[in-house]
Amino acid sequence: MKREVTITVNGVTHTRTVEPRLLLVHFLRDELGLTGTNIGCDSSQCGACTVHLDGQAVKSCTVLAVQADGCRVTTIEGLANGKLHPLQQAFWEKHGLQCGFCTPGMIMASADLLSRNPNPTEEEIRRGLEGNLCRCTGYQNIVAAVQAAAEMMKK
Amino acid sequence: MAKVIGQAIKRKEDPRLITGEAKFLDDIQLPNMAYVAILRSPYAHARIKSIDTSKAAALPGVIGVFTGKDFMDINPLPCAWQAGGVKNNVNTPRVLEPEKVTFTGAGVACVVAESRYIAEDALALIEVDWEPLPVVVDAKKATEPGAPQIHENAPNNIVMEWECGDAAAVEKAFAEAEIVIKQPLINQRLIPTPMETRGCAAMYLPYTDEYTVWITSQAPHVHRLLMTAFVFGIPETKMRVISPQVGGGFGAKIFMYPEYPLVAALAKKVGRPVKWQETRSENYRATTHGRDHITELEVAAKKDGTVTALRVHTYANLGGVLSTVAPGIPTTLYGRLLSGAYHIPHIYCKVWGVYTNTGMVDAYRGAGRPEATYVVERAMDLVARETGLDPAEVRRRNFIRPEEFPYAPADNILAGLKYDSGNYEPALNRALELAGYDEFRKQQAEARKQGRLLGVGLSSYIEICGIAPSAWIGLPNQGWGAGLWESANVRVHLTGKVVVTTGSQNHGQGHETTIAQVVAEELGVSVDDVIVQHSDTLGTPFGYGTYGSRSAAVGTVAVYNSLQRIKEKARKLAAHLLEAAEEDIVYEDGKLFVKGSPDKAKTIQEIAAAAAIGYSLPKGMEPFLDDTAYYDPPNCTFPFGTHVCMVEVDPETGAVQILKYVAVDDVGNVINPMIVDGQIHGGIVQGVGQALTEGAIYDENGQLLTGTMTEYAIPKASLMPKIIQDRTVTPTPVNPLGIKGAGEAGTIAATPAVVNAVVDALSHLGVKHIDMPLTPQRVWAAMQRN
Ligand code: FES
Ligand code: FES
Repeated sequence: MKREVTITVNGVTHTRTVEPRLLLVHFLRDELGLTGTNIGCDSSQCGACTVHLDGQAVKSCTVLAVQADGCRVTTIEGLANGKLHPLQQAFWEKHGLQCGFCTPGMIMASADLLSRNPNPTEEEIRRGLEGNLCRCTGYQNIVAAVQAAAEMMKK
Repeated sequence: MAKVIGQAIKRKEDPRLITGEAKFLDDIQLPNMAYVAILRSPYAHARIKSIDTSKAAALPGVIGVFTGKDFMDINPLPCAWQAGGVKNNVNTPRVLEPEKVTFTGAGVACVVAESRYIAEDALALIEVDWEPLPVVVDAKKATEPGAPQIHENAPNNIVMEWECGDAAAVEKAFAEAEIVIKQPLINQRLIPTPMETRGCAAMYLPYTDEYTVWITSQAPHVHRLLMTAFVFGIPETKMRVISPQVGGGFGAKIFMYPEYPLVAALAKKVGRPVKWQETRSENYRATTHGRDHITELEVAAKKDGTVTALRVHTYANLGGVLSTVAPGIPTTLYGRLLSGAYHIPHIYCKVWGVYTNTGMVDAYRGAGRPEATYVVERAMDLVARETGLDPAEVRRRNFIRPEEFPYAPADNILAGLKYDSGNYEPALNRALELAGYDEFRKQQAEARKQGRLLGVGLSSYIEICGIAPSAWIGLPNQGWGAGLWESANVRVHLTGKVVVTTGSQNHGQGHETTIAQVVAEELGVSVDDVIVQHSDTLGTPFGYGTYGSRSAAVGTVAVYNSLQRIKEKARKLAAHLLEAAEEDIVYEDGKLFVKGSPDKAKTIQEIAAAAAIGYSLPKGMEPFLDDTAYYDPPNCTFPFGTHVCMVEVDPETGAVQILKYVAVDDVGNVINPMIVDGQIHGGIVQGVGQALTEGAIYDENGQLLTGTMTEYAIPKASLMPKIIQDRTVTPTPVNPLGIKGAGEAGTIAATPAVVNAVVDALSHLGVKHIDMPLTPQRVWAAMQRN
């Protein structure tokens, strides 16, 4: 019943034989040891598991590894290349995280948001991040961080 | 050197968190590790007739299947806070329940397997023969005659009856009162919902009988103490507890839960490292909840708005079994705060703690203080309504005056303590100014003419932080079973780098940064040269952990005290090296020199090196700059402030929109304003969540209807606009840093501000109160009723 999948994660291609029911998030965490992507719920609600699948933000707990066969995945570990991504920099500077558990998903979702809308208003950021829950920050500094990152990315 | 305390320094802990490198519990992977899954009761009240594990055990990949009967040698969990009035009726969980369950979600069997998928598969193959029993979920109904009896040793399901204040004096005040108001209030049950659920991993070394246990813990030393001394009955030295990166707690990760000793015992039983990570659905059932009070509030007042007495009767739902400190929350941390920011001449509070067939209830952010503040702040608005005075004016008339501090609330409700310091009116005035209060009142009147519903609500809260002086919390009528001091060790290494180990625990509060700031300020070193280690019982001094807004006001003060002794020793050594008298040594900006000769200074790094090398020390001086301090505060601290919330209610749907939110808080001195503001933002949004969207609901069979994140609505980013913030600063005289603490203020303040605003929006329709959460449906129904 197991199936072979080939998934390129953060630029590295991995081939594994997996159960068809294996979730992408477990593939990343348990098969590849990329534990930066977190799991916060079992109802596709929290967004802690957000990664990019072929350039688009998805909740990796809601995608099967077999569905990602042949795809490119970017996780939080693949976002910085030698230098922090502007969003990582901005979350740090603006105190956009407290416990940091939602942060990888929040940053990946924000990156997707900025790629679609490089100039979002506060309102658009708040709506755009509705699929990502944070229990610590009250979102205020997350919004500030996304705004700051948008500024940095224009330069 | 510029002051470091008070600077908005970027957090030292963030790089690992923003890159995904931080290791949370579920990221721990040990060689040969096996996975644990737990079968939980689908019934709220039932007897276990039998459990057949044979099919599950036969599934390939299953290592073992166990039930409560396999663990009868492990003690039930301790209840560490048997607050005054708890009778001999304490019932706590066992690692797996062997005979009977009292809430849905209680663990009854478990599987250890090669993978988490197999472990979950095997759970479905365990067959339990249940005998369902009658269920009660409402705390008040549970005490009535004929209610199902949950525990034989607790007639009428009563855990305790607790009181504070002076019933006779209150009675008299009510008899003489010009105005008497009665209002039932429900403070609904909440689910803490840290974004990371709980988990535990363990390994066991035979022959030496040693455990290493990783727990998502706010208090690793307490977990070790309770697990070894009480649950297993083994020496503390046989267990090391590590709290890895922890993804939020809000109280729920303080407690001793059955899964921790279970997982440790399983590591021993199967002879392999094991790990259990809670699913969110398990978390909602098996991790503690908060609040859940049914209250009857009575207020006596004069026509001029002066409150003369409060009488509060509360049924506090504590769930099917008692969590670690459950009885202390609706008693000491609730009744003792009922004077709020006000000079109320007489107060009486009676609380019934009650067993019901629901999940355990224990401390959740604020823990008792939000419940008390909700009562007091609703009371102030009810008085305003009754007298026709402005709610701000009623608060002003009742405030404790600055000259009354230190202030002892009426009828010794605070059990001997006094409010440390306060100046309530400037915070209120500043909040009103920032909110544009007077202007809004005009807009509100205009809007009403057009059928629009605008409202504004205030909350002039206080809170109790820095919990707590051991001598106070340990009083016989308080019932806390231990001290609540904190500890720290400071070492200045040979290279001048400083290592602080603390018994406090960082799960988002920024200890690694704020403690480093205090060290940098005191010693005159760079923040980058300070490292703060915590969360591992190996290598940190014992501490009670992080909760009750105590890490800054208690834990960090221990660090500060250590630093004073380090400085004293550095001075002595500098005097020796500079051949001067100790009293002539000046310590400034990290340099020690003889008064008047700053050019011949020794740096603290040079002094540290001299102390570490140790070949030229004054007679009798031990090598190394190293000091351990234990700090037991003489009093709690009492932050305060005023929050203002402005809302618009949709007359068609009852939906509430927050237009503006202003928070003016006074948390005493501030180490890192960015971190303090962040604590307050997060707290406010949790408090708004209680007011508008959150509520755990059990049906009459004890099924949790809000069992996943789809049904339990924690706030999203779009719930509210940007918070407008300011602060006043009234340092506390309680500790040398003047810090009061900031972790819970937002949550405490926000809930009544929002409810007061919504009720205000509907006041002209005759609405006097709506119970939370103020969902569109409830608000709409209240509008229709009136
Ligand atoms: S883990 Fe919550 S949405 Fe994926
Ligand atoms: S920072 Fe803790 S959940 Fe977002």
